[in-house]
Amino acid sequence: MLQKIYDWIDDRIDVTPIWRDIADHEVPEHVNPAHHFSAFVYCFGGLTFFVVVIQILSGMFLTMYYVPDIENAWKSVYYLQTEVAHGQIVRGMHHWGASVVIVMLLLHTLRVFFQGAYKKPRELNWMVGVLLFFVMLGLGFTGYLLPWDNKAYFATQVGLEIAEQVPFIGTQLKTLLAGDPSIVGAQTLTRFFAIHVFFLPAALFGLLAAHFILIRRQGISGPL
Amino acid sequence: MSEKKQQVSRRQFLNYTLTGVGGFMAAGLLVSPLRMAIDPVLKESSAGDLANVSLAVEDITTEPTRVDWKIDQIDGWYESQVNKSAWVFKDENDEIQAFSPVCKHLGCVVSWEGSEDYPNEFYCPCHDGRYYKDGTNVPGTPPLAPLDVFEKEVRDGMLFLGEAKPKGEA
Repeated sequence: MLQKIYDWIDDRIDVTPIWRDIADHEVPEHVNPAHHFSAFVYCFGGLTFFVVVIQILSGMFLTMYYVPDIENAWKSVYYLQTEVAHGQIVRGMHHWGASVVIVMLLLHTLRVFFQGAYKKPRELNWMVGVLLFFVMLGLGFTGYLLPWDNKAYFATQVGLEIAEQVPFIGTQLKTLLAGDPSIVGAQTLTRFFAIHVFFLPAALFGLLAAHFILIRRQGISGPL
Repeated sequence: MSEKKQQVSRRQFLNYTLTGVGGFMAAGLLVSPLRMAIDPVLKESSAGDLANVSLAVEDITTEPTRVDWKIDQIDGWYESQVNKSAWVFKDENDEIQAFSPVCKHLGCVVSWEGSEDYPNEFYCPCHDGRYYKDGTNVPGTPPLAPLDVFEKEVRDGMLFLGEAKPKGEA
């Protein structure tokens, strides 16, 4: 039955070559942990992506309960954490995943750095990777405020003070982030929410696509 | 047709025209969202009113005292009362000084003689930031600027305070 559905679609739009391009390709021996156990270091990029997928999925479900409003944000998080079945698990996934993704990302970066895999012709992919790193940090920074508890509030206060230290445009940059020159409040929360769930994920998807297209086009770097 | 008339070909003309029109459409689409996003930066500050902090000028001593008061704060669509505080005292010239308690390092709260180790100074417990009595940061400690100074006014013998501004601007 499934085969028939697949054939029916393939007959019309020829999906097999697309599938082949995306997933059906040989993994070189030096990258395969089944051949050399030490090749597990090549897994960190994939693991980063895996955790990102978890973040996206858990985040989508969290927005079913979360409200980006200073009166209700904390209450909505408290409710989903204590009253909603499995809410604690989903928020736990998002909370811990946020740290795990940074760890994996750093391990991936270290592997690429110490293997020299960023060298010609892969410089562009390194740069895309650095941008991805910044987007991840931005997601971490904006997501941290959303529970609207004391820790979140003061961490953001400090983060905004740091942004204010940028030469020349610091004050404007802070206002742009916070939505007000001096208050960390209602407008800050809505802004951070918008940045966290729409702007940065959009940038993340674009950069991830570029990252993956480049690695498929250039192939993985050779053995040391 | 002569050479001159073909300097811009029909194809080029259409390309330019379509790029121009497309550019205008894209710009038209983006202007409003971008203007909306940067509105907080361009909006004029609504602050400026000085508030009565319920402290008579004659009660101010040379010892910095913490003064707390409330103001009505408007945060976009959200209006609330917020607590403000200042360290107020009279300096050696008998002039009233009102310093913001917000540390210029990373925004913690400083207090007068907050540490027994540093008498006669403002002290921030977060990273051992220190300030002399005149608000100047002690060199070698984390803060890189003096404590902010409140806009102040005396009306009918009462102290009124406004916004805290960096020293020199107030």
